[in-house]
Amino acid sequence: MPMTMTEKILARASGRTEVGPGDNVWVNVDTLMTHDVCGPGTIGIFKREFGKNAKVWDPEKVVIIPDHYIFTSDDKCHRNVDILREFVREQGIPNYYDVGTKDYKGVCHVALAQEGHTRPGEVLFGTDSHTCMAGAFNQFATGIGNTDAAFILGTGKLLVKVPPTMRFDFDGEFPPYVMAKDVILHVIGDIGVAGATYKAMEFGGDAIKRLTMEERMTVCNMVIEGGGKNGVIDADETTFEYVRARTQKPFEPVVGDPGAAHVFAKRYDASTIEPTVARPHSPDNKARARELGDVRVTRAYIGSCTGGKITDFINAAEIMRGRRVAVDTFLVPATTEIAEGLRTEKVGGETLHAIFEAAGCKLSADASCAACLGGPKDTFGRINGPEVCISTTNRNFPGRMGSKEGQVYLASPYTVAASAVTGRITDPREFLQ
Amino acid sequence: MTASSKIRGKVFVLGDNIDTDQIIPAEYLNLVPTIPEEYEKLGSYALIGLPDGQGRFVPEGEAKTPYSIVLAGRNFGCGSSREHAPIALGAAGGKAVVAESYARIFFRNCVATGELYPVESPVRLVDEFQTGDEAEIDLDENAITNLRSGTRFELNALGDARPVIDAGGLFAYARETGMIPHSA
Ligand code: SF4
Repeated sequence: MPMTMTEKILARASGRTEVGPGDNVWVNVDTLMTHDVCGPGTIGIFKREFGKNAKVWDPEKVVIIPDHYIFTSDDKCHRNVDILREFVREQGIPNYYDVGTKDYKGVCHVALAQEGHTRPGEVLFGTDSHTCMAGAFNQFATGIGNTDAAFILGTGKLLVKVPPTMRFDFDGEFPPYVMAKDVILHVIGDIGVAGATYKAMEFGGDAIKRLTMEERMTVCNMVIEGGGKNGVIDADETTFEYVRARTQKPFEPVVGDPGAAHVFAKRYDASTIEPTVARPHSPDNKARARELGDVRVTRAYIGSCTGGKITDFINAAEIMRGRRVAVDTFLVPATTEIAEGLRTEKVGGETLHAIFEAAGCKLSADASCAACLGGPKDTFGRINGPEVCISTTNRNFPGRMGSKEGQVYLASPYTVAASAVTGRITDPREFLQ
Repeated sequence: MTASSKIRGKVFVLGDNIDTDQIIPAEYLNLVPTIPEEYEKLGSYALIGLPDGQGRFVPEGEAKTPYSIVLAGRNFGCGSSREHAPIALGAAGGKAVVAESYARIFFRNCVATGELYPVESPVRLVDEFQTGDEAEIDLDENAITNLRSGTRFELNALGDARPVIDAGGLFAYARETGMIPHSA
């Protein structure tokens, strides 16, 4: 039987020649990632179940990235990072990116990629739902809870049900004002927030092949907002170039077999996609940016794993250069590498940093998840009242960015930057043409 | 099998797409579920992220809920992978959720932790029950009865998930079935 990309990865990881949707298979895990929110609980279960002196199955394969509640005065948050530190020391885990050291990275999903932990053909689990972002690298990557993660820590294996695959093809070329965020918001709007529950979402077509690695990451990041188990994209030169620049480890990509069965398939003409916005309070509450011109916003936010990468800031800067923002605009680089990039990358001869300063943005000095998930009250950019925020993040459920009184519109960095400048939801074509 | 097949208690009725931020808002994720006092605390905050006006699952100032059954519409538990969500519901004293469908990770976390039974209903039940109604779920018969109205509704069988939750979660089940050794 011909197999999809996801099926081939899971077949290899479970030592079988063939798997099909619905099969329950034990897979060998290549990488387990955890962070400061779920790491302490995972470690607690690991010790309770495998014993105080238990050792993790393979310290090289565990990656621990504190990123969520870092720059806060909350004591419990600091205690949680201490728990991670202690565990890393005791277990001899080399891949730990500690706060307050030069190793600190920031948002786990971007850090995983930048540090070479996302490799084609492999299996990655993480205690965070957006672990699916790594599917952009032709991996099987998905989010799990603490108990499953503790099981992996002890055994290196997890029981996985092979998902059926949905296929999304984009033919032709995306217009220059359309970004990966528009593409995925469009797809989620089409299938709904539960449209891909239990399923793999495979993306392909010429227009996807032309996307940069960071843009592909944005697409796969949000498959969970469509309910998807994982997202996946073919590996090609773009993938290899990114991965080889960041790790020496060997890897073996998979290619979906011709004729593999998909439970759903849809082809899009890439040229018809428009700047897209998800209105409160659901990522599938789709509208065109140009239809929302009378929605006033009180703040803008550019950050997170899905919307705080260097290309996201470059795109925002293209619009903000030489302009001033009309509302409070918070910028949070996802990782320290990106924070550094804000000082070195240039648009029109000026650094991103200079452009954003001149525009009047509030720039976080620290890389982290920040207000993407609200967090402790003193979190940078957190919504603490009835704000209307346009954001490059991935979720707009009630209270997601802090106060339940807030309203969050999700959009691409172009659309967020354009809206920050005008103070109302703005199609970026108003500035780009 | 140790667990009883019947769950009886008051129901708490919710709508569609109840996400994990509503079940346990991110500001409480600094609590670590394996620390007993923090587990209890998580329970006291269960469903505190619901929009105002939807009532409290756990009364203010208390640690436990008077409702053992959460009844909801589609896509319950969507959003983050936080295991804190089923744990908060379980720690508060919730025994089961009955919903038309679940987000995958939430369902899996219910099973892995053994905190509560995520039962699927083939039909929409949120209009058939009111918060506070007394109900009984029969896991062997795959049915829920509204004891106020006397109406009985079919539920989907839990299938593979049932024995894992009955055992008390993934680890207990893995030991019972010899997938991992008995003593730690
Ligand atoms: S940036 Fe937001 S979505 Fe991404 S890992 Fe952090 S909290 Fe989650």
